[in-house]
Amino acid sequence: MTIDHPALQAVLDALAARFNDRLLETRFEKGELSVRVARGDLRPVLAFLRDEQGFNALNDIIGLDNANAPVAGRPRFSVLYQFYKFPDALRLRVVTDAAEDEPLPSITGLYKSADWAEREIFDMFGLRFEGHPGLTRIYLGDDFKGYPLRKEFPLAGE
Amino acid sequence: MPYKHIEISMGPQHPSTHGVLQLKVTADNEVVLNVEPVIGYLHRGMEKLWEHRTYPQIVPLTDRLDYLGAILNNLAYVLAVEKLAGIEVPKRAQYIRVILAELQRVASHLAWIGFNANDIGAMSVLLYGFIEREGLLDLFEEYCGARLTVHGLRIGGVPHDLTPKVCELIRGVVTSVPRRLADIEALLSENRIWKHRTVGIGRIAPAEAIQYGLTGPALRAAGVRWDIRKNIPYSSYEDFDFDVPLGTHSDVYDRYLVRMAEMRQSLRIITQALDRLPAGEVRAKVPRLLKIPPGEVFLSVEAAKGELGFYIKSNGTDKPERVKMKAPSFINMQCFEKMCQGHLIADLVAILGSLDIVLGEIDK
Repeated sequence: MTIDHPALQAVLDALAARFNDRLLETRFEKGELSVRVARGDLRPVLAFLRDEQGFNALNDIIGLDNANAPVAGRPRFSVLYQFYKFPDALRLRVVTDAAEDEPLPSITGLYKSADWAEREIFDMFGLRFEGHPGLTRIYLGDDFKGYPLRKEFPLAGE
Repeated sequence: MPYKHIEISMGPQHPSTHGVLQLKVTADNEVVLNVEPVIGYLHRGMEKLWEHRTYPQIVPLTDRLDYLGAILNNLAYVLAVEKLAGIEVPKRAQYIRVILAELQRVASHLAWIGFNANDIGAMSVLLYGFIEREGLLDLFEEYCGARLTVHGLRIGGVPHDLTPKVCELIRGVVTSVPRRLADIEALLSENRIWKHRTVGIGRIAPAEAIQYGLTGPALRAAGVRWDIRKNIPYSSYEDFDFDVPLGTHSDVYDRYLVRMAEMRQSLRIITQALDRLPAGEVRAKVPRLLKIPPGEVFLSVEAAKGELGFYIKSNGTDKPERVKMKAPSFINMQCFEKMCQGHLIADLVAILGSLDIVLGEIDK
């Protein structure tokens, strides 16, 4: 895929050379590059990006519930990892998908800032992260029932 | 004599926790071994609420996140919506946004210096800081009628043009704030007690700070040149000449120096923007019922506390499918434990103050 951004093109080429057909989807919209990988490939791809491509900062982890617009053959939830490369100001997004009962690999070993972000996704969506040092709810009480950011959760409670 | 480590619960109702934050501290006598922050007391389910509100309705809700920096929250959100919808903002509006955002940054930093110093025991600084902040809030009131949760920006531009009265107030602030900063520096910079409480406290190495995702003045105090206004300019920041103050020791004292210097740089930006304010409209034509075609965007700005980002996913309707806010305080708070280890319990409040957290944006 050719994109109109030389620095990101270099990153994309390196990723494609290394992971080839394991990159499920590549999108470049509004100047933002986003790469979709399978859950199992997440850790190797992120380790490659961090150690060999210099994406040394994890910006944020974003959970998505696609219940309202399901894509055929794709699990219900998506998790987006937003990265930075210091100090070149390059941004990159890595996307992976998971069903409700499929645990994701925790990336706290790669990025310390992933700790609370993964707990937040667990709290809001009920997705589990394997290998997280203490996966507990971060905002809500431990006895809270349900996961608020799932689409079926009502805005106002009973 | 055998002894056990003691566990102390600080907060959630503690004057120096800047809101409702609980710290579970494990200490060996006075020395902190580890700290576990317990957050969520202020959780209002903002992100859920945003999925049920139209794009313009969300702007005033962002005021309630970092309530000391309402305009900076507005800015991050409206920029993300504009990028997603492809709205071009008039140059004059971009400059007015810069002026308002920098005024808000100064107001936020003035509140920070007051709280940080007050927590350590220098109460007069709080009063001096707040006298000046009052002038800034009066200015916001003159501009849009509100002082704290100002709803000062709109999608497509700003709600009002700057009136001569507002311009006069801005010029007044630009001359009065430096005098007040000099007063505060005279009280603190070489003050033996202040230095004793801040120098060498709460250090974090630059590489570690990046690993933890630290951003904003706390990261720059570690000597990392990272300011989104410079690195990924938005809203015409590339037009202005300003420096990025850096620290060297990455301690509470350097964070103080960096923020004090940043306020002066903000005033430089404000003066330049006001002097070179372009003519024209202050608001682009945006349909009242704003429907955005499916797409996604992530954008961040340099807020007073650090990098404030918004991820927005649209679905073709007038309401977003998902809005995720990346709150600087949330990420910075994670470093807190690392910074505290090995320090005294009394230093916790100094370090917490130096991170300049706001629970409104941590808890969402």
